Amino acid sequence: MTTNGAVLEVKNVSSGYGEVQILWDVSLKLERGKLTSLVGANGVGKTTLMRTVVGLLKPSKGQVNFNGSDITRISAHAKASQGLVLVPEGRQLFTDMTVFENLEMGAFTGRAKENYKQNLERVFEMFPRLKERRDQKSGTMSGGEQQMLAVARGLMAQPEVLMIDELSLGLAPFLVLDLFEILRRLKDEGLTMLLVEQNVQMALAVSDYAYVLNEGQVELEGPSREVAKNEDVRKAYLGI
Amino acid sequence: MSQDNGVLLQLRNVTKEFGGLTAVSDVTFDLPQGQVLGLIGPNGAGKTTLFNCINGVFPVTRGQIIFRGVDMTGWKPYDVVSLGLARTHQIVRPLQELTVLENVVAGSCYGHEQRSLSQAEEIALEVLEFLHLAERRDQLAASLNVAQKKRLEMARALAARPYLLLLDEVLAGLNPTEIAEMVQVVLRIREQGVTILIIEHVMHALMNVSDRVIVLDHGELIAEGLPGEIVNDPKVIEAYLGDPALAEKLMSGG
Repeated sequence: MTTNGAVLEVKNVSSGYGEVQILWDVSLKLERGKLTSLVGANGVGKTTLMRTVVGLLKPSKGQVNFNGSDITRISAHAKASQGLVLVPEGRQLFTDMTVFENLEMGAFTGRAKENYKQNLERVFEMFPRLKERRDQKSGTMSGGEQQMLAVARGLMAQPEVLMIDELSLGLAPFLVLDLFEILRRLKDEGLTMLLVEQNVQMALAVSDYAYVLNEGQVELEGPSREVAKNEDVRKAYLGI
Repeated sequence: MSQDNGVLLQLRNVTKEFGGLTAVSDVTFDLPQGQVLGLIGPNGAGKTTLFNCINGVFPVTRGQIIFRGVDMTGWKPYDVVSLGLARTHQIVRPLQELTVLENVVAGSCYGHEQRSLSQAEEIALEVLEFLHLAERRDQLAASLNVAQKKRLEMARALAARPYLLLLDEVLAGLNPTEIAEMVQVVLRIREQGVTILIIEHVMHALMNVSDRVIVLDHGELIAEGLPGEIVNDPKVIEAYLGDPALAEKLMSGG
């Protein structure tokens, strides 16, 4: 699809866990074909927002629109079937299953099954390491390889929007660079993405647009290049 | 080592290893009497592990912890608290089946003053008054909301009448109004002469209450200074925001 505009729109969302409210009236938009990043210090609600968007948490207020329709109350697996796909924090692989089986698990939706072969070839081309290790149990691989597999599994779902929660957490700098190269390639191919990332410098370098979350609210937003220059980013992390 | 003038807590080269992972690495600092010292650092930096070393939950692998001039390295938590060091926990776990008052009495019985039960209750009531929980004294702890449970956690620690209070994320999960109230509580505790070591992710609040701040990253102490110095320290900014050189490499790489 070539039309520009918001694929995903989060409108005035409040959310949290039981009586603990984490998000306060958060709004954001993902433009089609753009990489949007969501940054902010520990505990400001980034993962809560991701979980709310994909339906693992129900917002107490507000609305999530996907391709113009309200999907707020739709279950998580139904959202995945529509192409809203999450690569969760901490990878959450099936560690006793092989690399190949994990990739198969990513492709359970109707839209993914249709293009299964093509998608498998594509992720193997993109991550040659995974092809080499296709029959290895995923839990026995290194952290970097596991993160590649988590992204590849997400791609097997044929996402229209790929949401990645912490791409580089806990990885060595050269692996961080490799993974971000992949991200940039996906962006160049036109995939719409939302990236939550603790490495703000990397996130702002690679993304088109950025939101800075602080204490459960959007503190600052704008083109990533401008956000990178904004002194308030440091303030959002360090308080003053 | 003898106690320096006015230094309440000294850490000397404290290291904690879990198998091959060094969670706290060679940490040395002094905490003077009466100060509020902020302890910050990114996710997984080792902050809570350091608390667990100080109050004896984990034995340290190397190094020394000296409190009130006493080398208490290797002491158990119940001995540490009886020397006058109390703490709160990030995830609060009150004794759900006991009342608010009973929870705080339990805290009071473990302090350095070795009180009788009736004295303990007197102290507990004072502390509940101080934390605006007195009218809930006979409620079960389980029935409190999050903000009240956080205050109860503070009350249990304060009832031990500590010289040093370790606060682990007492503001987490609170709304902006509750945060402002809790900050006032911390400042009032400090006015009473209690020394405080505080871990907190709500940065503006931490920077407001701390006299000095120390920064952990990957288990190492990378900076120490006044709040205004810390937030402008390039090492601290890199620990929180990432390495600008790597980002440049990505963007120039093709």
